[in-house]
Amino acid sequence: MTLASIPHRTLVQIDRIDGDRPFRRRLMELGFLPGVHVQVLGVAPFGDPLDLEIRGCRFSLRTAEAARIAVVAVGAGSLEAAAK
Amino acid sequence: MNLTAPATPEPGTRGRRGTRIALAGNPNTGKTSLFNRLTGSNARVGNYAGVTVEREIGVWKLGERQVEVMDVPGAYSLAARSAEEQVAIRSVFGLDPGEPRPALVVVVIDATQLVRNLYFAMQLIEAQVPVVLALNLIDVARAQGTAPAPQRVEDVLGVPVVAVSASTGEGLAALGKAVERVLTKPDAGRSGVAWRYPHALNKDVEKLAAMVEAWSPEEAKALGRWALLSVDVEDELVDIPGPVRKAVLDIRASADSAGRDIDAELIGTRYAWLDAQDFGIRGTAKLGLTERIDRWLLHPLWGGLTFLFTMGVLFQALFAWSDPAITLIETLFGWLGRTVHDSLPPGILADFLVDGVINGAGSVIVFLPQIMLLFFLLGFLEDSGYMARVAFLVDRLMKSLGLHGRAFVPMLSGYACAVPAIMATRTLERQRDRLLTMMVVPLMSCSARLPVYTLIISALYPPSAKILGLPAPGFMMVFMYVFSTGMALTAAAVLGRTLLKGPKVPLLLELPPYRMPRLATVVRQMWMRAKTFLTEAGTTILACTVVLWALLAFPRDPALSHDYAADRAAITSNESERLSGVTSSGSNESERLITVTSEEEALAAVDAAETAERLQASYGGQLGKLVEPLIAPLGFDWKIGVGLVGAFAAREVFVSTMGVVYGIGAEEDEQSQPLRERIRGEKRADGSPVYTPLVGLSLMVFFALSAQCMSTLAVVRRESRSWKWPLFLFTYMTTLAWVASFVVYQGGKLLGL
Repeated sequence: MTLASIPHRTLVQIDRIDGDRPFRRRLMELGFLPGVHVQVLGVAPFGDPLDLEIRGCRFSLRTAEAARIAVVAVGAGSLEAAAK
Repeated sequence: MNLTAPATPEPGTRGRRGTRIALAGNPNTGKTSLFNRLTGSNARVGNYAGVTVEREIGVWKLGERQVEVMDVPGAYSLAARSAEEQVAIRSVFGLDPGEPRPALVVVVIDATQLVRNLYFAMQLIEAQVPVVLALNLIDVARAQGTAPAPQRVEDVLGVPVVAVSASTGEGLAALGKAVERVLTKPDAGRSGVAWRYPHALNKDVEKLAAMVEAWSPEEAKALGRWALLSVDVEDELVDIPGPVRKAVLDIRASADSAGRDIDAELIGTRYAWLDAQDFGIRGTAKLGLTERIDRWLLHPLWGGLTFLFTMGVLFQALFAWSDPAITLIETLFGWLGRTVHDSLPPGILADFLVDGVINGAGSVIVFLPQIMLLFFLLGFLEDSGYMARVAFLVDRLMKSLGLHGRAFVPMLSGYACAVPAIMATRTLERQRDRLLTMMVVPLMSCSARLPVYTLIISALYPPSAKILGLPAPGFMMVFMYVFSTGMALTAAAVLGRTLLKGPKVPLLLELPPYRMPRLATVVRQMWMRAKTFLTEAGTTILACTVVLWALLAFPRDPALSHDYAADRAAITSNESERLSGVTSSGSNESERLITVTSEEEALAAVDAAETAERLQASYGGQLGKLVEPLIAPLGFDWKIGVGLVGAFAAREVFVSTMGVVYGIGAEEDEQSQPLRERIRGEKRADGSPVYTPLVGLSLMVFFALSAQCMSTLAVVRRESRSWKWPLFLFTYMTTLAWVASFVVYQGGKLLGL
């Protein structure tokens, strides 16, 4: 399940961020970290980009990048935490 | 940036102008409003060394002392990937040679987004850079019920914290006191609070810190962490010492093989610490009003309509509302020119002052209405938060052209005038996006091309003619706009994939909460833009006008085909003889008026013929003849060549230059019947007409694509801070124009048009 595939206006939590390093770093510096709650509020006309809410802020990401953010249902606990 | 020798200076190193402090923080925190509040109108605009990032420095009167405040561009982190992003760390650590190091950094915090903003502040706190945190927008946070308790924040972080509101002015005096306290005692701005990084990471950081000469061990470690986050195989950072770069890459490689994620360790530690603190926020952030507004403004239908309406207003303002002011400026400078002309003896001085200097100053100031209107509206769009929505709505469209969503407004403005449009590229964050937009905006069909199109179309395409069953004039006009838009978009797609190919940067766009813009901030930004245009681009434009004037006015005494002075004398003496005869025979007043009018007409005709010949003999005229072999394959004769030279001042000057070349007079505009007729009747040596509809199309295509505008080139120079880009713009557009006109004319001839 990724941010690009979940239904809109459903709160989920971030599990893992893939993709190239500068982009991951940028996202993490904005507070996109495992366990943080996020929801997709909507999408721009023509189907891209997405309108997200995270930590009370709104950010827009394209679906191609949102597909690199793996999410799980709220309260599921991150996979990393489970592994440890 | 130099991370080793010379060592970073001690904070507060005094520059020539006294103590400097920096104002830094995330974007959309109201930092600029606060800067304006603190420094009033005493700001000077400069540039960060080596990059085209503008910076403002103002003076803040703090009781007895005057402090220099430097506005650091908004950033979410000090970590950088490009030279432009490096500006943040360079300026707060004073790493630019010759620049004083700020004695302290006022970190502007959006109180409604505390944690994310504190992430930035932590990077300065852990480096032991003296800081004062300004919790801005505290009034908004209180209204939302999510305001942090300033005292709690201060207790948690161990540095001075002041709640302020740049819009109401609340807390500014307290901020001043806190800044004065830290200026007197820098340790008051430092904190002993620390967050614990994983042990392995600390080992890595110590390795780097040993390679870095810094003012304190904490600062060395902070620079080490910065390098760990920023340096990458493919980064575009500058001045990173080779050994540091190699060490970072080695550390990252060994961390990778050990299954460690250094970025997650660094960033995760900071956020985990922040998330664990209690900042006294009682209440959960609700998006509330902003989200409700966005349900409309981002709605597929209503949002689209609002967007079209907003852009329509913006365009109408540039295209039509600016017109009265432009006309006023032109009238004023016309009057000034005539007054100076009449009060000076005729000759080179009068010509230089009127046609060179006054005309040149007029052609600079005439841009102000559009520049000021555009930046006034842009200020509202930016400060209200709507600009981010514009970028959001058009991202899909602009992405396919390789452009950023924020490039939409500059592109649209290009239909009115490239000069303000190119200045508006500053709303783009990245240099590559700015350059790409600057390189294609001049292809948009600006309003100065309109008189040229109108003249050619009305002279050569009669309304009775039909193209594809439509009236030819209307069809041609629409065609020219569609053509120029298509070419601009194609150029963007091509340049963006070749010369200006940059690393693919994913969109990461903050949609900030809607806020009421502050008029004072908007107006101030508008004035700053107008001022820098006048002082920097304006001087180049003025110089170019004088050069162009000289081209068309020299040599002063060319060999003329006959004696115009004698012609004039003959007319005057004939008329006075006739007139004296008439008067003695007792003629009435009206008859006398008629003869005077015909005398004036005859004299005007002689004057026009002389001006035409002088222009043809001038260096500009000779240039027209010189380039004739080059433009002949496009269907142009040397007289059109002279018009092209004249049009370099501004495209619409082509019309009046052609009026002069054809001996009709300099006052002709695109509605002029004599000029249209002359164009229709103009013959080549072999008796064939110069202007066929095909030549007209070729000429319009040339005007659509060529960089016939020195003001555009001057502004590109100012905004790109180099001569390379205006030179490239001129070369590529002229080449494109030539090739396209060649294809049109030669292709048309082959088809028998």
